Amino acid sequence: MGGLLAYIARRAAVAVPTLLVVSFVVFGLQLLLPGDPALALAGEDRDPEVIAYMRRLYHLDEPIWMQYGEWVFRVVRGDLGESIRLKETVGGLVATKLWVTAQLAVLSMLWAVAIGVPAGIVSAVKRDTLWDWSASAIGLAGLSIPNFWLGIMMILLFSVQLGWLPASGYVSPFEDPVGNLAALAMPSFVLGSGIAAVLMRHTRSAMLTVLNADYVRTARAKGLREKRVVRRHALRNALVPVVTLGAIQLGELLGGAVLTEQVFSIPGFGKLIVDAVFNRDYAVVQGVVLTTALLFILLNLAADLLYFLVNPRMRG
Amino acid sequence: MTAVVAAAVAAAPRDRWRAWRRLRRRPAAMVGLVVVAAFVALALAAPWIAPYDPLKTNFLLVRKPPSGLHWMGTDEIGRDVLSRVLWGARASLLAGVVSVAIALAVGVPLGLLSGYVRGWVDGLLMRITDGLLACPALILAIAMAAFLGPSLTNAMIAIGITATPIFIRLTRGQVLAVVVEDYVEAARALGNPHLRIAVRHVLPNVLPPILVQATLAMASAIIAEAALSFLGLGQQPPAPSWGSMLNIARNFIGQAPWMSWWPGLAIVTVVLAFNLLGDGLRDAFDPREG
Repeated sequence: MGGLLAYIARRAAVAVPTLLVVSFVVFGLQLLLPGDPALALAGEDRDPEVIAYMRRLYHLDEPIWMQYGEWVFRVVRGDLGESIRLKETVGGLVATKLWVTAQLAVLSMLWAVAIGVPAGIVSAVKRDTLWDWSASAIGLAGLSIPNFWLGIMMILLFSVQLGWLPASGYVSPFEDPVGNLAALAMPSFVLGSGIAAVLMRHTRSAMLTVLNADYVRTARAKGLREKRVVRRHALRNALVPVVTLGAIQLGELLGGAVLTEQVFSIPGFGKLIVDAVFNRDYAVVQGVVLTTALLFILLNLAADLLYFLVNPRMRG
Repeated sequence: MTAVVAAAVAAAPRDRWRAWRRLRRRPAAMVGLVVVAAFVALALAAPWIAPYDPLKTNFLLVRKPPSGLHWMGTDEIGRDVLSRVLWGARASLLAGVVSVAIALAVGVPLGLLSGYVRGWVDGLLMRITDGLLACPALILAIAMAAFLGPSLTNAMIAIGITATPIFIRLTRGQVLAVVVEDYVEAARALGNPHLRIAVRHVLPNVLPPILVQATLAMASAIIAEAALSFLGLGQQPPAPSWGSMLNIARNFIGQAPWMSWWPGLAIVTVVLAFNLLGDGLRDAFDPREG
């Protein structure tokens, strides 16, 4: 237990400078605005009062390090600013939309694990057979097909041609659980397919390494059946790096969700940033980038922790 | 000692030649290379081979399915889809090349500096890299394109910057492995200045994995440009790009599905080709491979 706490503390300490750099990046985004930032931040509203308010709010007349200090001070207190367009706090907006994206991400991960891990195992166990080549080809295709195009093609097939699934929209699971699953089935498959390809490749490579390890050879020499060798001895060890990769990929899903939500008109986190971009709602854009980076760092910490827990060698 | 250094410098081109011979024995990688070369040729020759002006509208030919006159059909304002796909290849390949060039131009020198100098410079650069990698690349690229303003140039800059940290990390890792080699020690003992050692002796020996990553990064950059254009943050209408064509096509998915088939297939084909080539290069440069 003491070892675990020390490990968590060490990993969390490494995250502090990362967070600092993230804060520079997110704050630095507003320095990219061409011309007078107060004018841009005021959005469509060119009212001099709004411009003056923006100048005051973001301390734009003060030196850059003061502006940064003020910004960090507000963010640390949980104040991510206010959406110019929606007149709501950015924190509130992010929290509401994140719930929708989280459902999409979890379902996508289920698809990815259900497809990627078995395909990787079969590919490694039946190396250099038709199974292996087919799984590798599908994996490569999964990495090469942009998810927004796959989404459009799936809408064409399953919604327009066959009429089986809704083409767009979102239903809350509390109102209609079946409708929720039907609405998220296609988008989650689309989002999960790329991750499935990554998981497949890593599972295959980890399994190939493990299948040649001494302890697996010993298990075979003991006369155990191949199925048992694969399940009990190889798979358990091969899945250690795959589990941590899965946690990291969950963070990547947040990026991919932007396009998938756009294609399927899902009112989530990704759609929030795209709408904010076109409404010149810069505080929302910054809020979304900051939140995704924070989530990414937390998921990485969780992945490290998971690695610690599932890998007996790390526990000493 | 001079012989050690000379042998190491001479070994790099010989290894590359061996890698090329190994690459040629991989059919999938060669298919990738041929497809990439074909797309480059099509993009360069677009002004001469495109059957129609990609911007010319014709309201008598709105959303016509593929035919002998228009092989890939026409779009919502009667423009020829084949001509737009051919011209769109320019935007996609240009975005791939420029973004990766930005990432290489910034990432490789910084990675070289980080791995060679070590100390606080290395610590600082690695923390910056960690911070940039913590922001999902597409979200950061969207945010940058939003603040810079939507255009193909800004999209390329945004994609290039988000791709840079991987090259810093990769170069640094390779440099750390190479600087302890005998020939680098020997070059140092001969009194060569640091810059010369880094550029002349270290850099050529860390290039193979960087080349592999650059090829794979081209695939990611082409998808990223298509994604930004799909969202309206890359190539601006009416100029053609595969991503922006898909953005419009999805509104006509029931009435004119061919509008979304071709630009999507073009993206998949070229990205798959770069991935096949990158995988092949990785195997060809791997010393464990026969």
